[in-house]
Amino acid sequence: MNNLLRRHVISIYNNSVKLSFRSFADVPIKDKIDQIVKNNKVVVFMKGVPDAPRCGFSNAVVQIMRMHAVPYESHDVLSDENLRQGIKDYSNWPTIPQVFINGEFVGGCDIMLQMHQSGELVEELKKVGIKSALLTAEPPKDEEKK
Amino acid sequence: MVYTEGYLKEKLTKELDAVHVEVTDESDGCGAKFSVLIVSDKFNGKPLLARHRLVNTVLQEELKTIHAFTQKTLTVEQYKQKS
Repeated sequence: MNNLLRRHVISIYNNSVKLSFRSFADVPIKDKIDQIVKNNKVVVFMKGVPDAPRCGFSNAVVQIMRMHAVPYESHDVLSDENLRQGIKDYSNWPTIPQVFINGEFVGGCDIMLQMHQSGELVEELKKVGIKSALLTAEPPKDEEKK
Repeated sequence: MVYTEGYLKEKLTKELDAVHVEVTDESDGCGAKFSVLIVSDKFNGKPLLARHRLVNTVLQEELKTIHAFTQKTLTVEQYKQKS
């Protein structure tokens, strides 16, 4: 009885695992990206990985994230051709890197840089409950201000 | 097709009614890396993302071959404040 039950449970488990694997592989790239950007507060699609970016623009975004000490998930588009094109279609944006906050496309390198400079990035991060490390850093001295 | 500074400047000026456009070829001549500054009142009231999307739309074809593209988008008012 016990054995029978166990076998039954295992077979249900196996089936569901197989099922979820199969369905994940078949999911259109759009839905996969949907899941990625909705399951993480901050996501960066880039060339290379944060420790070894393979493009200056991707590197710039990584540096900005580092300065603000933002926890984020990164995806390397160079290791997945499907994702490389898929992300461009998804956000209707022609270039990599791409940054998503709270499931929404925020911008590429230029926009991140300008948001960083204007202070807007700190505000956007605050909205999703991330406190930028720049807020706790030493405030700039008066003579450095313009 | 290799794009030139002059070509991009003309196209951006025309399509965006820009009062000032600076295009810099940073590719050492291969035409794949550009940086642009565009000053236009078409950017009035538009957030940064919308401005950049507008520029991307104008250069939709070109951006298929230009893979490194940096843009600054200012309204006439913002440009005056800067200079």
